[in-house]
Amino acid sequence: MSRPPAGCAKEIRTEAEGPVGLITLNRPSVLNALNHPLMEGLVGALEDFERAPSIGCIIITGNAKAFAAGADIKEMDHATTAEISRDPHLSRWDRVGKCAKPVIAAVSGFALGGGCELALACDMIVASETAVFGQPEINIGVMPGAGGTQRLTRILGKTRAMEMVLTGKRMTAREALAAGLVNRVVPVESYLEQAKKLAHEIAAQPPMAVRMAKEAVLKALDVDLDAGLALERRLFYSLFDTGDQKEGMRAFIEKREPKFTGK
Amino acid sequence: MTGPMKTAAQPELLSERSNGVLTLTLNRPEVLNSLTVAMLAGLLDSLKKAEKDPTVRCVVLTAAGRAFCAGADLGDLRARQAQGAFSLGDELRLRFNPLIAQIRKIEKPVIGAVNGLAAGAGASLILSTDIKICAEKAVFINAFSKVGLVPDSGMTYFMPRFMGLSLALEHAWTAKPISAASALHYGWVNRVVAAEELAAAAAEIAEELAKSASLALGLTKRAMNRSLDNNFESQLEYEAQLQEILGKTNDHQEGLGAFLEKRAPKFTGE
Repeated sequence: MSRPPAGCAKEIRTEAEGPVGLITLNRPSVLNALNHPLMEGLVGALEDFERAPSIGCIIITGNAKAFAAGADIKEMDHATTAEISRDPHLSRWDRVGKCAKPVIAAVSGFALGGGCELALACDMIVASETAVFGQPEINIGVMPGAGGTQRLTRILGKTRAMEMVLTGKRMTAREALAAGLVNRVVPVESYLEQAKKLAHEIAAQPPMAVRMAKEAVLKALDVDLDAGLALERRLFYSLFDTGDQKEGMRAFIEKREPKFTGK
Repeated sequence: MTGPMKTAAQPELLSERSNGVLTLTLNRPEVLNSLTVAMLAGLLDSLKKAEKDPTVRCVVLTAAGRAFCAGADLGDLRARQAQGAFSLGDELRLRFNPLIAQIRKIEKPVIGAVNGLAAGAGASLILSTDIKICAEKAVFINAFSKVGLVPDSGMTYFMPRFMGLSLALEHAWTAKPISAASALHYGWVNRVVAAEELAAAAAEIAEELAKSASLALGLTKRAMNRSLDNNFESQLEYEAQLQEILGKTNDHQEGLGAFLEKRAPKFTGE
């Protein structure tokens, strides 16, 4: 493991706004093409925020013009199958989808290829009206390789995912909203603000309950209903050892606002 | 590029700037300003540049001579059809639709000054503008049915929204010309003036808008566009989001201050 401490990689910027950790992809001159140093920095920052007890929710964003326009093609155009499969780069992507804390993608402009896959690996997406989503890999002789075929299919269903992946056609923000790909579409001037609002709302919730609920929702996509229901019940029971459960339920009975402590 | 190219002294599209107003003038009066490929591209290019240019605060679209625009250059179209591998669908997708979409999208007022006949895509061009001022002698003709086609370039979107379904279908099917007076009655145009007053009337409103709080005008256009496709609840929320954005602008503070101090506001577009 040799990665720079989070916030050091110039390819990303990190910032904590109270309980919200903000990670900004910072290669604007190349529309945030996701090269190795950027992904390394992103995963490092994500892990740091995941460990920090003060952080309750994480946002990944780019800039108004591009969330991320894709992987950095120049890093791989000459690679052979043997070389590309030895490269640890793509396995880094798995970390994004496995973060224990909620991750929101605040997307404006291009979310194409790897950029689309990065957004899909997050738990929620707040999109600006200018956002466009797409998996154009087919146009350059390959296919999505960082979760696109799996996550798009789980969200859109087979038929729509197939069309996107096989034609490389883009989806506008409003189409994405109608398809259930994004949580909301807001004016471009305020997408980050709206994402922060949502993040602060989630960060104010009892963290153990948030964590268990996230785990349960993610599992719903992977296991059969009986297994999912059994897991849900176990996680539900496990929350009864937390102070926040006691406080939350007592506050409800006493008709007052709960004061969660994260214990 | 097809069609006869004009000399530099007499381009097909004139472009003029004054007091924050960009005036674009279709300039092929000898063929009633029928639209060539070059004119369509020129209009789109001008509007894209205007979108990014903070010194352009309002756009006026008008034409030289006795007509506004007779629509697509059918001779040119016929010639290209004859060359084969021609798709009317792609003609719209690549040349007309992007222009109509840009007029709706640019977050600055676009004023159509209709000096005379506006037919086919020429009528669509006017319908897509934000505010329409019309000379008394102007007439709108939707003659697509006479050549066995559907109204295009946004016409079937705008017509039922402006005049209701029944009138829209009647005019589209019969190709009955719509006089300036009827256009005013239907709500197609904002006002009708004498031909010799048209330029002044358009300039007057353009210059007034050019002095207004440009961000607010732009977001108002965005909200109104959205309203055409939106439901009530979503539109209320959308207004709230836009207001949150504008509430943080200098122009809002300046407008409030000017109102309370009973003076004229000085907007900067920030």
